[in-house]
Amino acid sequence: MDALMLDGNAVAGLLQEVFAVEMTTAIETCNRCGATDPVGALYVFRGAGIVMRCPHCDNALVTIVKDSTRMWIGFAGIRTLQVTV
Amino acid sequence: MARAAVLGRLTWQVAEVVDVAAETPRVKTLAFDVPGWPGHRAGQHVDVRLTAEDGYQAQRSYSIASTPDNPRIELTVERLDDGEVSPYLTDELRPGDQIELRGPVGGYFVWEPPQGGPLLLVGGGSGVVPLMAMIRTRDAAGSDAETRLLLSSRGWDDVIYRDELEQLRGDGLSVVHTLTRSQPPGWTAYARRVDAEMLAEVGPNPAERPHAYVCGPTPFVEAVAEALVQLGHKPHRVKTERFGPTGG
Amino acid sequence: MPPLISRGFRGRRDDAPAGRVPPGQYVTRDFPVLSAGPTPHTPLERWDFSIVGEVDEPRRWSWQELHALPSEEVTVDIHCVTKWSKLDTVWQGVSVDTLLDGIETSAEYVVQFSDGGYTTNLPLEDVTGGKAWVAFAYDGEPLDPEHGGPARMLVPHLYFWKSAKWVRGLRLAATDEPGFWEINGYHNYGDPWREQRYWGD
Repeated sequence: MDALMLDGNAVAGLLQEVFAVEMTTAIETCNRCGATDPVGALYVFRGAGIVMRCPHCDNALVTIVKDSTRMWIGFAGIRTLQVTV
Repeated sequence: MARAAVLGRLTWQVAEVVDVAAETPRVKTLAFDVPGWPGHRAGQHVDVRLTAEDGYQAQRSYSIASTPDNPRIELTVERLDDGEVSPYLTDELRPGDQIELRGPVGGYFVWEPPQGGPLLLVGGGSGVVPLMAMIRTRDAAGSDAETRLLLSSRGWDDVIYRDELEQLRGDGLSVVHTLTRSQPPGWTAYARRVDAEMLAEVGPNPAERPHAYVCGPTPFVEAVAEALVQLGHKPHRVKTERFGPTGG
Repeated sequence: MPPLISRGFRGRRDDAPAGRVPPGQYVTRDFPVLSAGPTPHTPLERWDFSIVGEVDEPRRWSWQELHALPSEEVTVDIHCVTKWSKLDTVWQGVSVDTLLDGIETSAEYVVQFSDGGYTTNLPLEDVTGGKAWVAFAYDGEPLDPEHGGPARMLVPHLYFWKSAKWVRGLRLAATDEPGFWEINGYHNYGDPWREQRYWGD
């Protein structure tokens, strides 16, 4: 446990800047351990950028880097994302 | 229950302060007028952005305290002594001032009356804010969903929404306090940090399959969520909102 | 729409002495803690620092062995890509020159690797010639785990994501291998004085 850690909910605004659908209730599948969780339940770390990690195996699922006009979102650890449309 | 939510991209909106009211010596509720506010659900939050004259920016998230049918957006902010944003919000803002906010955001930590109960709401300090939005929404909707609030505060004068919670008790809502640092004379209720034994006593029983919402500083949320799971509550029924090390 | 200026908001910043602060940075007296992942807790008995990759023989130091090497106190300014700068920070560490002393290599690049999987890449010349240290003390005290202890890299001429926390070694490489943040949007080199924060800057 890290006192600095947040839940995926904390980046809801950031994600909604880009995606037109609610992202924190989207369900992801971790490509390392296969666990599924709502994005809102992921562990959020704030480093140079944001890292969202699997709460079961710590796999880095999503990275977010942004400046004033660009955002880079990496989904390297997510196998699939289920979104309600 | 998960409704199709084509929300559109979020942008920063201008919010004007209409009222500043003290809740406790360190906590204030700020009420804002936000033209074009799209409506929100209890438990959601906003991101607040402040820009200094030289372009320096700071951004923080605050849970919405007000109910969906309140045209004013209310944020309840605890002043952190070494904070960068909270002292500005609590000490500086006056009616007529403007800030930027973005929201509502966060569909994960949400409760709406049709979901029903039983509900277990566990808050640490200012973690009570989104839970209070849920309690107020429940009341406004006339819901009788069985709801238990367990609220941890430092002392009796630090209990946010203390009087309002006293008034709302009943009709299926129970409010249990624990005061961790100081207690008023004659206090016989809980006087320690929330632990598994306290949670088991407060209930509801895991067999009743309550929806649990836990909010507050990260260490508080960690301890409570872990205790709830050890007591037998299923992890997917325990939703958490961590505020970070100091409480947002 | 340009951002709205909030009356009277200043934020918590120190004044910036002329010429000391790279463009777009603000000076702080705090030491913000930023992390890409949970804090590792490797016991010192199991900790080691290695130099591997394009070398004739990998080298390895235990905690005691690292401390037996000559170390130095350095005072440097550090600059985080998230815009805060901290001036006159005091560290104790072993120079990378000392660790590479006597090592033959044709490698031109190095990858720092850490507990928890973090990596960051640099040209080898950016960690040699007195530019980089393996630091184990900050401000006269053993380095806190939340700040990268027991040991982290210190490469102050670049943005601080290029100084890996919880570092366990350097891998010398013939080709450049972008690390954790370099793959995900941050600049491959990261010179604060040219404001090289992101891809394409």
